[in-house]
Amino acid sequence: MKEHLLSAGDLDAGDITRILDTAAHLAKVTDRAIKKVPTLRGRTVCNLFFEDSTRTRISFELAAKRLSADVINFTAKGSSVSKGESLKDTAITLEAMGVDAIVIRHGASGAPWRLAEWVDAVVVNAGDGTHEHPTQALLDLYTMRQHFPSFAGLRVAIVGDVLHSRVARSNVLALRTMGAEVTLVAPPTLLPARVETWGAGVSYDLDAVLPKQDVVMLLRMQLERQRAGFFPSLREYARLYGLDARRLEAMPEHAIVMHPGPMNRGVEIAAEVADSIERSVIADQVANGISVRMALLYLLLGGPAVREAPGVAVPATFEEGAL
Amino acid sequence: MPAPERAMVMDEADVGRALTRIAHEIVERNKGTQGLVVVGIHTRGVPLARRLAAKLAGIEGVQVPTGALDVAMYRDDIGLRPPTATRDTDLPFDLAGTVVVLVDDVLYTGRTIRAALDALTDFGRPRAIQLAVLVDRGHRELPLRADYVGKNLPTAPDGVVRVLLSETDGRDGVLVTEGAEPAGDGHPGGATSPSRKARTR
Repeated sequence: MKEHLLSAGDLDAGDITRILDTAAHLAKVTDRAIKKVPTLRGRTVCNLFFEDSTRTRISFELAAKRLSADVINFTAKGSSVSKGESLKDTAITLEAMGVDAIVIRHGASGAPWRLAEWVDAVVVNAGDGTHEHPTQALLDLYTMRQHFPSFAGLRVAIVGDVLHSRVARSNVLALRTMGAEVTLVAPPTLLPARVETWGAGVSYDLDAVLPKQDVVMLLRMQLERQRAGFFPSLREYARLYGLDARRLEAMPEHAIVMHPGPMNRGVEIAAEVADSIERSVIADQVANGISVRMALLYLLLGGPAVREAPGVAVPATFEEGAL
Repeated sequence: MPAPERAMVMDEADVGRALTRIAHEIVERNKGTQGLVVVGIHTRGVPLARRLAAKLAGIEGVQVPTGALDVAMYRDDIGLRPPTATRDTDLPFDLAGTVVVLVDDVLYTGRTIRAALDALTDFGRPRAIQLAVLVDRGHRELPLRADYVGKNLPTAPDGVVRVLLSETDGRDGVLVTEGAEPAGDGHPGGATSPSRKARTR
């Protein structure tokens, strides 16, 4: 494993498989009467959130608590950030208080990389601007693996506001690493420049793409990040790119519907599709997020703090049973 | 440098006989198998537990519930070495009031067993926990002992004891190497590598 988790592109197939396997084992902790293991006792995880979040922050908090780590929740509102404190000074303050991991969400793309340069703590990117959201991609892959035996040749359509989506970029990176075939579907105005270099197919026609997919992932229309008119009206967008009951029928019988949340019901996804018990795995994605983040925290924080113990030889691999 | 001598101290028949004897001892000590569950510690404790349960069923004619326990999240060296690979914990029964026979392949420092006791406690409160091991090689670092031992094997602290089981290694047997093995003598990680109980610190 890497020292931080900044980009889904930093993970090779072995890393991703290891994270998903570990998550599958840790998922069982959630089913137990005592939903807690003592693994990360004495470690402190700081959730440093400069943007609003419900599921990601709570998911990270629950994951850390189930591993017995201490959790600090920091939100920009009500902190010294509203007095004008910079990210660097905030980071140095947290470091001085002795946190072992910083989970950061920031509106500026690249903020986690800057943070990782300033602190010794493990940095986990929980969403930076319109750039990346690697833990979302990992929980999405975990959810796909619950339904499909292999990623090789798995056909995944990612539909909607790709331009503003950190979820899309991280998913394309991770899915490509695992050998899936990704198609991005959006109106031309909502596709980023040089999208052809992403290694994914591109289509403007949702109805043509749907019958061939194993997974259809809708993206949230991120109106709060849109500074121009990218499409004439929400109603027209919903008619051309929204997943409704009719389009659900056009999908193969086995195909699943995903959405990273929060949903704009009636825009990118119709309420009846979102609530479809047979096809929608949106609630599973939320539940799986906890297991995947537990696995990540375990793999990132469960090893030796190399930087604090120079001169101590650490074996590159650990052999099970050698206790 | 010549490779250190590897001695086969138990062959397939010896392993089978040891498990048969342990099964009889379990039945004798517990006056049957009423309320008994057999829980194996990953990796090689799990097939050993299944084999013991089969032998118990052969003696008493009653199936004994079996389970598998992963102790990775309970180890006392988390943060001192790269994270251990996790496995599935599967205890498909209520532990309350049961007598748990905990099964592992090699008893060495006792640290794995300590972790296993902590893990079990999180699942419920058994009436009693007993420990069965195929090999006790000594050098305990904690005040623990086994209730049932397949073979007591005095070893040098830097020796290596390898338990092979057909389920994980293709054949049964116990190998002992005196002194450290030379580098590059093949000790890949993962489920299929023979279990090595070697001192790590």
